[in-house]
Amino acid sequence: MSGGELLLQQLINAVSVGSLYALMAIGLAMVFGILRLINFAHGDLIMVGSYVALLLMMAGLPFLMAAAAGTAASTIAGLVLERVAYRPLRGAHEIAMLLTSFSVTIFLENLAIILFRPTSRPFAAPALLRGVIEMGQLRVASLDLIAIAIAAVLLLGLTLFVKRTTIGIAMRAASQDLLAARLMGINVNAVIATAFAIGSLLAGVVGLLWSARVGKIDPLMGFNPVLKAFVASVIGGLGSLPGAVIGAYVLGGLEILLQGLLPSALTPYRDAFVFAILIALLLFRPNGILGSTEREKI
Amino acid sequence: MLKLESVDVAYGHVQALTGVSIEVRDGELVTLLGANGAGKSSALMTVSGIVRPKAGALSYDGVDLSKTSPFDIVKLGVIHCPEGRRIFGGLTVQENLRMGAMRRADAPAVRRDMEWVYSLFPVLGQRRRQAGSTLSGGEQQMLAISRALMAEPRLLMLDEPSLGLAPLVVKAIFQVIRELHRRGVTILLVEQNVRQALAVADRGYVLVTGKIALEGTGADLRAHPELEQAYLSTAKAHP
Repeated sequence: MSGGELLLQQLINAVSVGSLYALMAIGLAMVFGILRLINFAHGDLIMVGSYVALLLMMAGLPFLMAAAAGTAASTIAGLVLERVAYRPLRGAHEIAMLLTSFSVTIFLENLAIILFRPTSRPFAAPALLRGVIEMGQLRVASLDLIAIAIAAVLLLGLTLFVKRTTIGIAMRAASQDLLAARLMGINVNAVIATAFAIGSLLAGVVGLLWSARVGKIDPLMGFNPVLKAFVASVIGGLGSLPGAVIGAYVLGGLEILLQGLLPSALTPYRDAFVFAILIALLLFRPNGILGSTEREKI
Repeated sequence: MLKLESVDVAYGHVQALTGVSIEVRDGELVTLLGANGAGKSSALMTVSGIVRPKAGALSYDGVDLSKTSPFDIVKLGVIHCPEGRRIFGGLTVQENLRMGAMRRADAPAVRRDMEWVYSLFPVLGQRRRQAGSTLSGGEQQMLAISRALMAEPRLLMLDEPSLGLAPLVVKAIFQVIRELHRRGVTILLVEQNVRQALAVADRGYVLVTGKIALEGTGADLRAHPELEQAYLSTAKAHP
């Protein structure tokens, strides 16, 4: 394989992984922007959607229908989570909200262990997602291209949503100044519910792509994605949507880059190197790449 | 008509307002004066439903505001332009105005009002696609007032619109306040700029450490010999 082809191959890899992180990170960033809540239970929405999709496939439903139902299940789970666990804490201290998100995670994961048993189950993606496209020496998994395409469509749609629609602009307004938003008659509960719905829907999509990639699912599968998404949004600047996306692609790129550059004895410690680089980055830009450093005008 | 009767407000153990009674009749421009920390902003926050009174009655056109959500209070036409401007810095001027018109469905009327506020403050029209954070302090205040106007206020509450602004900008802002009053908008104006506020107000109240210490017509209060020294200087907040 030539150098150029290898580079292209790794680039596709990086963008594909970054796309999954980006779709996850947006959900975290949207909620954090408005509520200052780091919703660690976001990862479990991935798990919920994947299990619902898998069980429906096992019941004989075609993949696309099962996937749609799984995504819907993630979205509904996210909305229920907001209503039952977080809304009663409106105005509470950030630490209380953070602890609640941990509790929700523990609850959901243990519920899943009881309902679906703790061991992993194979997640058989349809042939379309398992294909490999060969172009000369280049071998690209069709799943990578599909993930990139889906992420591109969703990110574009989301951009139009927050830039053009009234509720999207209201969401940005609420994340900048919640009190002013309330004084202008913005229905803050509706805005927050919308943020949860969109984030959870994206998590549902990520869940399916992630499961297809890994090939199996288990009750604790949400932990790694939510951790990566959290790191991505910290790199980008917590609460910033463009920041979350940029951070996600930086993280994906770093991972693939180190995977390729590290001597094979060290690749198991790849994440340690990735995080070391990120710590260095945060030393220079503590608020992340797009985090605001400007003070309020007097 | 807005009516506060013997309203008490406290934050935990800190008493902010004690037995405050204020009335703003339709079409009036009433000013609420007082030194820093006298409770002026608390009074406005209570009217907008952000802070709830511990005691007393609070109503607008007969609706009990103490039991109405901030969202529904905006629907009644009671619009609060908060202290410190609090515009949405990451939104453009136009998006800020759109947020002011959040609960209005009549798009042509909203567009007309947008052109109207651009005529009140032409500089905003020139910067309609600029992010709010790029505006100067005076322009941000103009935007904050305009955003409130986009909500079609029946009662407009302005909290210290002249705070920290250059004299020329203060003059422009007060010109617009006068113009709004002339057009029949009911206004409750919180100010530390006593002279300017009393020059435009029909009536005024003076708050001292959470209590109404004086009230009267704008002319009466202007004529009061020790108004500023006795009631408004921060150094002598306690009479």
